[in-house]
Amino acid sequence: MELKNTIEIRWHGRGGQGAKTAALLLADVSFKAGKYVQGFPEYGPERMGAPITAYNRISDLPITVHSNIYEPDYVVVVDEGLLEGIDVTAGLNPEGAVIVNSAKPPQEIIPKLRGYKGKVYTVDARKISVATLGKYFPNSPMLAAVVAVSKVMDKEQFLNEMEASYKHKFSKKPEVIDGNMNALRMTFEEVAV
Amino acid sequence: MSIRERLSGNEAVAYAIKQINPDVMPAFPITPSTEIPQYVASYIANGDIDTEFIHVESEHSSMSAAIGASAAGARTLTATSSCGLALMWEELYVAASDRLPIVLALVNRALSGPININADHSDSMGARDSGWIQIYAESNQEAYDNFLQSFKIAENKDVMLPVMICQDGFITSHGVENIELVEDELVKAFVGERNPEHFLLNEKEPMAIGPYAVSNYYMESKRGQRQAMLNARKVILSVAEEFEKISGRKYGFFEEYRMEDAEYAVVVIGSAAGTAKAAIEHIRSTTGKKVGLVKIRVFRPFPDEEIAAALSKVKAVAILDRSEMFSGTGGPLGAEVTAALYRAKVNAEVVNYIYGLGGRDITTDDFEKVYEELYRIAETHEVRDNYRYIGLRE
Repeated sequence: MELKNTIEIRWHGRGGQGAKTAALLLADVSFKAGKYVQGFPEYGPERMGAPITAYNRISDLPITVHSNIYEPDYVVVVDEGLLEGIDVTAGLNPEGAVIVNSAKPPQEIIPKLRGYKGKVYTVDARKISVATLGKYFPNSPMLAAVVAVSKVMDKEQFLNEMEASYKHKFSKKPEVIDGNMNALRMTFEEVAV
Repeated sequence: MSIRERLSGNEAVAYAIKQINPDVMPAFPITPSTEIPQYVASYIANGDIDTEFIHVESEHSSMSAAIGASAAGARTLTATSSCGLALMWEELYVAASDRLPIVLALVNRALSGPININADHSDSMGARDSGWIQIYAESNQEAYDNFLQSFKIAENKDVMLPVMICQDGFITSHGVENIELVEDELVKAFVGERNPEHFLLNEKEPMAIGPYAVSNYYMESKRGQRQAMLNARKVILSVAEEFEKISGRKYGFFEEYRMEDAEYAVVVIGSAAGTAKAAIEHIRSTTGKKVGLVKIRVFRPFPDEEIAAALSKVKAVAILDRSEMFSGTGGPLGAEVTAALYRAKVNAEVVNYIYGLGGRDITTDDFEKVYEELYRIAETHEVRDNYRYIGLRE
């Protein structure tokens, strides 16, 4: 069923990679941009490394639906290895897009997407994260990628809100703020939309 | 001006606890309610509140400690889910029969087995006969609002009963949504302080709490509990009215959604009601069918006459239960609503569905199918199977 004015996003990741955290961060930053939001995980037998799903609804109107998302507008895949076992594009709107964390170009990912006809983006979150933070945290790049692709909010507004929230979150580790902000900016450059 | 925030249901309830600053919180962790005592412990550690947090070794002990603290005169609460509630079983009855105004933040989760951590109402529905007031929430906002109202209901001298504030595990407890918080000063003025009429630590009035009652006294004690439940009806509504003045949000025993002209109605408890509302909007805008919803907020005391009145004009009703009771004939909400309709001589067709056990999802499409079935039943007056499932693989 079509829900007017609502952007629906599904995240696929592995336990411990931060897909849930990324979904909550997206809810957070969208809320700050004045939206009605939902960010929620789907809990199975949660283990480090086990596949997990998280969801976002973002709207200009209040959201009452409390079900999972079966026909998302966008799908984010935080771990490329999930493409083998999970039909990540199931129900995905062909007008939308899938964003995969991968060093490969989209052409190499498309054959694994079981016939999805919509747009396919890849983001090398490892490269970006290592370059900007010195360690592999895929969260910030994937978050920036989904904002860049979905245009759920304006780039500058997104960067401003993220900077404010990093300043709050890392008040005792200010050195991390610049790294994360650079990761976001670098992702916007990489994901040419 | 209210404060606009985005919080998970657990954060929202913990925030309500922070604003109320109760005297005592004994608690033992269990998924998905663990975050509530965890957040409260942080508030205490940060010096935001001076609640006495008691670390206990089980839920049997957390409710026992709550009983002791509440009897002593302290404003007391705890939080739990599922098997944790089951381990409190005996104490639930003791708390209610001792007339102790304890508040329990219950995050609904399936009660084993097979073991499962996700939402259904089998934990609180199992405790429906324990003498606790039960109030349920559709959203994080409602979980927060209900919690703010809880102590005023529990501690009212005409009530003096424990209150369970229920919300759906993970769906609202771990889902982040927009929420409007009430300012601290307004909450403090609204909730006030507990001023117990009788309490164990009052040296001027020595008393026993929870003594043995021989057969000559026991039934009168139970009759007294029933009276408290009956009194709670008025108090729940008057507290809701007062709450509306500080929040602008209106609450009753249940919410009637698009019921003004409804011919087909669903009765449901909890987070699924929001999904039903979206389905109703879609059906009304695409087919013009007059569909509506009665969302139960207060299950104990059970507002039977009011529910029957709300459903008195519909052609067909589907009552949705998120728990089994293994009578073989339906679920607890189905049984009680059907009985209420019978007593009020409401002549609607009734069908009972079981859905969402162990976190099984329910979607707008599922609700559309339920309404389609109601059109058929209203037309043919043939219910066929009165006990069905939504989303069951057979």
